[in-house]
Amino acid sequence: MSEKKDMDLTLKIWRQKDAQDKGQMVNYPVKSISPDSSFLEMLDVLNEDLVNKGDEPVAFDHDCREGICGMCSLYINGEAHGPDRKVTTCQLHMRKFKDGDTITIEPWRANAFPVLKDLVVDRSSFDRIQQAGGFISVNTSGNTQDANAIPISKIDADNAMDAATCIGCGACVATCKNASAMLFVSAKVAQFSLLPQGKVERKERVLNMVHQMDLEGFGNCTNTGACEVECPKGISLENIAIMNTEYLKASISKKA
Amino acid sequence: MKSSISRKILMALSGFFLMFFLLQHLSINILSVISPDMFNEVSHFMGYNPIIQFIMQPILIFGLLFHLIMGMYLEYQNNKARIKKYVNNKPNTNSPWVSRNMIISGITVLAFLILHMSDFWAHEMNYKYIAGSPEDPTRYWEELHHEMGEMSHLIIYTIANIFLALHLLHGFQSSFQSVGFNNNKYTPTLKKLGNVYAILIPLGFIFIAFFHFFTQSH
Repeated sequence: MSEKKDMDLTLKIWRQKDAQDKGQMVNYPVKSISPDSSFLEMLDVLNEDLVNKGDEPVAFDHDCREGICGMCSLYINGEAHGPDRKVTTCQLHMRKFKDGDTITIEPWRANAFPVLKDLVVDRSSFDRIQQAGGFISVNTSGNTQDANAIPISKIDADNAMDAATCIGCGACVATCKNASAMLFVSAKVAQFSLLPQGKVERKERVLNMVHQMDLEGFGNCTNTGACEVECPKGISLENIAIMNTEYLKASISKKA
Repeated sequence: MKSSISRKILMALSGFFLMFFLLQHLSINILSVISPDMFNEVSHFMGYNPIIQFIMQPILIFGLLFHLIMGMYLEYQNNKARIKKYVNNKPNTNSPWVSRNMIISGITVLAFLILHMSDFWAHEMNYKYIAGSPEDPTRYWEELHHEMGEMSHLIIYTIANIFLALHLLHGFQSSFQSVGFNNNKYTPTLKKLGNVYAILIPLGFIFIAFFHFFTQSH
């Protein structure tokens, strides 16, 4: 238990009725917030107050509340997932704030992530990128080799596992000054291209996923590194370098 | 050139080319501090060698224009990717200023290049091809020395080179990342090397400008 006292806060929250509404920031005072509560629990308290008053509660995405599903988002005080590092919004605790603070809460901002309502954005552009090649086809022929029988170097296995921890929350896009999705796409590309099972479709995968990423209207990566800093899973920029190499090789061999 | 990654790689390759050019440019210019005769000799070779004049120079102009136009196009595209901006945004918490403002440092360097080209390149073109003046292998050091005699030039050259340093501080290591070179073993050293390059090259140009300004026989 934290020794900090309960806090009174002012929340400045983006309210938007639907995708067509212009939206605006609205101030809400919240009282007696425990420093041990999570950020989403604090929003639950606010919503309970709003419902009791007969007002519309604030819509926000959430699911597992354990930092693994990638549903929660929120741009808190000018940072994706708030001021803490390597945590999702559901794992951000109110002890990171002080009594009397004003906290701004906005949805992810990117043309490819349109706001649906309040703090909820449509991240289906990520799904379409995944569908373009972020998988390994299971073309079983009856004599498929046991995956455990294929030796994989420790380094490749570790790097693939690290890339696979991407939860697709979109913090990389939200924080990038160009709204680029390169960190997300590169994590998916690297995760498969490092493993023998993923090497078979590596060329089509990178070409198709990058093509879909460009179609969705994400910006270009300018290597600021902001995505890596704000990523709740610590996905490395090294994955972007891997994807660039993969893309270059695939483009050349496709033309040859 | 159709995909974002192709454009990024081409931007990096043109960046590598321009960084190599800067190193070569400084290597020649520093001769003006060491020996006027040596500087004249090399400058004359660069000014009249047909391979340099008619092959290398057009490639350089193309590389520069490509880097410039592509940089502006990418900036335009990137701004378009987020039309609705954040009310509260703190980019300083996750990325350095130089990496986010390449367009500002780039445009400042471009503005300087216009002045620089009119000072030297336009003068050269006029001397050789419009006025049709005869070859004079001894004129270069004197022309450079004279051009650097004005205080306004010294200030502009210093400011422009500071912005060049800011551009290179991100550009050097970013180019390697774009072409796919990033690993735990070599990247930290490469970043340090990039910082040294980004500071030493502009510092060298500033030093040359100061040298000529303060050695004027007013």
